[in-house]
Amino acid sequence: MSAQKLHQISEPPSRWHFGPYGGRFVPETLIPALDELAAIYEDSRESKEFQEELNHYLRTYVGRPTGLYFARRLTEKLGGARIYLKREDLCHTGAHKLNNVMGQILLARKMGKPRIIAETGAGQHGVATATVCALFGFKCDVYMGEEDIHRQALNVFRMELLGARVIPVTSGTRTLKDATNEALRDWVTNVADTHYVIGSVVGPYPYPLMVRDFQSVIGKEARQQILELEGRLPDYVMACVGGGSNAIGIFYPFIEDKEVKLIGVEAAGHGIESKDTAATLVAGRPGVLHGSYSYLLQDESGQVAQTHSVSAGLDYPGVGPEHSWLRDSGRAQYVGITDSEALQGFEELTRLEGIIPALEPSHAIAQCIKLAPTLSKDRIVIVNLSGRGDKDVETVARLMEKQSEPDQPSLF
Amino acid sequence: MSRISRRFSELRQTGGHALVPFIAGGDPGIFATDPLVLELEAAGADVVEIGVPFSDPMADGPSNQAAFFRALQRGVSLQDVLDAVERIRQVSQTPIVLMTYSNPVFSFGLEKFATEAERAGVDGVIMTDLTPEESGKWISSAREHNLDTIFLLAPTSTDERIELVASISTGFIYCVSRTGITGARQALPPELGDLLRKIRNHTDKPVVVGFGISTREHVQEVCRIADGAVVGSALVDFIHAKHRQDDFLPRVREFVRDLKEGTGVLAPSH
Repeated sequence: MSAQKLHQISEPPSRWHFGPYGGRFVPETLIPALDELAAIYEDSRESKEFQEELNHYLRTYVGRPTGLYFARRLTEKLGGARIYLKREDLCHTGAHKLNNVMGQILLARKMGKPRIIAETGAGQHGVATATVCALFGFKCDVYMGEEDIHRQALNVFRMELLGARVIPVTSGTRTLKDATNEALRDWVTNVADTHYVIGSVVGPYPYPLMVRDFQSVIGKEARQQILELEGRLPDYVMACVGGGSNAIGIFYPFIEDKEVKLIGVEAAGHGIESKDTAATLVAGRPGVLHGSYSYLLQDESGQVAQTHSVSAGLDYPGVGPEHSWLRDSGRAQYVGITDSEALQGFEELTRLEGIIPALEPSHAIAQCIKLAPTLSKDRIVIVNLSGRGDKDVETVARLMEKQSEPDQPSLF
Repeated sequence: MSRISRRFSELRQTGGHALVPFIAGGDPGIFATDPLVLELEAAGADVVEIGVPFSDPMADGPSNQAAFFRALQRGVSLQDVLDAVERIRQVSQTPIVLMTYSNPVFSFGLEKFATEAERAGVDGVIMTDLTPEESGKWISSAREHNLDTIFLLAPTSTDERIELVASISTGFIYCVSRTGITGARQALPPELGDLLRKIRNHTDKPVVVGFGISTREHVQEVCRIADGAVVGSALVDFIHAKHRQDDFLPRVREFVRDLKEGTGVLAPSH
């Protein structure tokens, strides 16, 4: 058989990819499960019955629609663009994560799979998954890096209260990346009766598309809300990017609105130039991790890099493939915010608006604090406030304590 | 005909079966790989599989994870593994297969990898996480550089997948014995026979079974239904446990000879 013909045979369906990114890079064992999931997901997109069921739970259980809040005092202090916050922190369980979990578990019910597994970094996706598993009576195992278990003790306890088993991951860097490896290993082993609820727009097809669809409710609402409030579209939409699910969720419905600038804010950690960073799209290059081809923080021989961010939810070396495509095509712009800048964003929002944000969206707030004063007062910025900060209060307390020690010149 | 195909056709003519030992490249130390491969050959290995260390080996269990981690701690890279193969090729004609994840190869460059692998004397490549759908460019490069492309089948594989994987695999087909990751196990899954029969309905290419094959008895059982058996984690663990001992290499030879006996054809003694 000629090489050319082989290439044709092996040509994957177009929905698998975003430009060159995405696809399926997984052990063969998982292919039938991915095919089954893809089929049921593609059906559900067209199914009125499924969409009604999902919307019912989003309204009555998740608490949607979430508000689009005009941040008056923050706007006044910065003296530039009008700042709106999309209040995903007001979702049940305190973050946008539930939008996706609800959708996926409704699909798992259709597939008749009684066991659910998930990975978690900050614990928000783990809590969301444990919550919906409690709601529908699924057995739930959540993989979490040992390092993150220490950073996010409160969320570990919440998951256990909800009846989930939290499995500590001690391999590799003991963070989200390694929790994802372990979840994939579990899934390869127990694929017959288990559905893997991936928490972000990463992984093999259909996950990046499916999770984006479930999260795009954020952007659909925000678009409609800003039109009602301001009578026009925003000039900027901003969100933090770890794997990138809250960002793609708010970006996606604005993609065709070319005049709306989309800005993804990555965790620069100690700085883009330092090795202690998690800013994949700013500092990485394309590669394969966790089932898809996308930008990746890696060393020169293709080993995945150790990352750092003050925020466990952004401490991840990969990123969703659609973001890689948005980056390369220029439709979205990606920037990095350091740990200390994020903490300033955290403090500002807390003091000025009475909203304690999670450390993840504090990165987006910090970018907004940089940008808004450079814009005229008739400009509009929407920031996706993807989660609330209760889980991070202990971390922040520790950092503040460190800061107040006399021999510690800076926060980090 | 490739070195791998030649080996399997010889085995089929004599009614023999292949023992395919797996070692992690660069464990324990990059210069351990050459003498180890030569020991495996002396012990009767028919094809040697060398794993390229990767930081995130999602299809591997604790033994191989730990071996890759140790190798990476020593800074072992894909280039180091290719260099080791090149040195081995000076003195050995045993077929060598590299087992790798996609990313080290993509990072190296697909075309450059195919060129360098051929030059070093690699015979075939297994890319654990490269699905047939994503493999078009790889297959073209591999064909051009005379590298066998070995793809995997699993207990979950449908007839359609078996047909596809059989059509693009050369050298042999790697059949994963169970749903799961690599690692030594107590027993083989009872459904393995059905899986092999299902695969045989689609292809007469050599089929080698791996994952959880740990003892001579396992090898024996597998060779009744397949063309050969891969022993990985059990050997990786053995090497790790014994590598500080003075008689380390003879003991590896003894361990692998015992496994080879399971294939039903004894290696000539040296």
